Amino acid sequence: MKFWRTPLDVDKLVVPHGEVHIIWERCKGCGFCVEYCPRDVLELSEEFNSKGYHPPKVVNADRCVSCNLCESICPEFAIYCVNTTQPEGGKTDGTD
Amino acid sequence: MTQTAQATNEHPMAEWLRMDRMPHIWCSTCGIGIVVTCFTEALKKSGIDPNTVAIVSGIGCTGRIAGYIRLDSFHTTHGRAIPFATGLKLGNPRLKVVVMSGDGDLVAIGGNHLIHAARRNMDITVICVNNFTYAMTGGQVGPTTPTTAYASTTPYGNYENPFNLPRLAASSGAVYVARWTALHLRRLTKSIGEALHKKGFSFIEVVTPCSTLYARKNRLGSGLDLMRFYHDSSEIEHHAELEKINIEFQKKIVVGKFVDEERPTFIDGYNARMKEVFGDKFKEYGEENGQN
Repeated sequence: MKFWRTPLDVDKLVVPHGEVHIIWERCKGCGFCVEYCPRDVLELSEEFNSKGYHPPKVVNADRCVSCNLCESICPEFAIYCVNTTQPEGGKTDGTD
Repeated sequence: MTQTAQATNEHPMAEWLRMDRMPHIWCSTCGIGIVVTCFTEALKKSGIDPNTVAIVSGIGCTGRIAGYIRLDSFHTTHGRAIPFATGLKLGNPRLKVVVMSGDGDLVAIGGNHLIHAARRNMDITVICVNNFTYAMTGGQVGPTTPTTAYASTTPYGNYENPFNLPRLAASSGAVYVARWTALHLRRLTKSIGEALHKKGFSFIEVVTPCSTLYARKNRLGSGLDLMRFYHDSSEIEHHAELEKINIEFQKKIVVGKFVDEERPTFIDGYNARMKEVFGDKFKEYGEENGQN
């Protein structure tokens, strides 16, 4: 996680982590989630779903911070994020 | 890569939607689904009992919301969403009535109903999804189509003046008026929450992309390009001068909360006047007195 200045309580901060789930067949490939994901987790896939669209795929699963923006911006209700933050494991040292 | 092709019911929105009707009919890159998500998010945060919320919508792409959202909902005839909502509210003042409809339905066919409900200050929330065209019927010119924009009925560009919806609502008497685009997710959610708690006629215009008709006729690219346009050209200016926030074709879109004031609602006004005339003989209209 990159900070514009290192917070004083950086040793106590736990960066949340999320797992993105894509409902492959419901997606209409608009690309909103890919465009607006602030952590560049997603990318449009090469494959087609049965409707002929290119749903997104997760390329940087580690970078997801469970902000749920993809879930909010998806007009198809086809993507959602589950918070999988480990209480101890996600500590940050201020570098990416 | 995580793909859950079967687990379609695990989506957090599943409990708020009629999942047997999914996938919905809205085109790829349409913004109406975003408005539905923002509305349910606002409703969840507002603490209002979903059993006391009723959704009313008219005809058109946005009119489909009533059929997709798993709340008490009614899909009315064209333009008559607000009269139905008015009746619903007066019949059962305990209900939180929300009208979600498009620009063509609310300000063209139902234009008079909108201004009179605002004048009376009916206690309802109106969310007007503005995509600048009649999208369901083939992209005809509508009351919000910007001047010079192309539509299927204006092959040489639109030469009419469009409505400035916040100004129309505010000058008719709405007590809460806001405008957001489909890209302002968090602000729109917050605004809908405020409107739900507002006593009186609250009006929120949401500018959404229509890729299939409005963007295609005007060579504006896909809905994603329109979202990028909103990102670059929308400007938040709360309490802006309403005369100056008309939407011109591909020009700056001023968004924000423009009006937030208090005024007696229709039921308050009725109670106050009748009390004045009949004194103690009059039994107040409202949920305390049996009309629930």
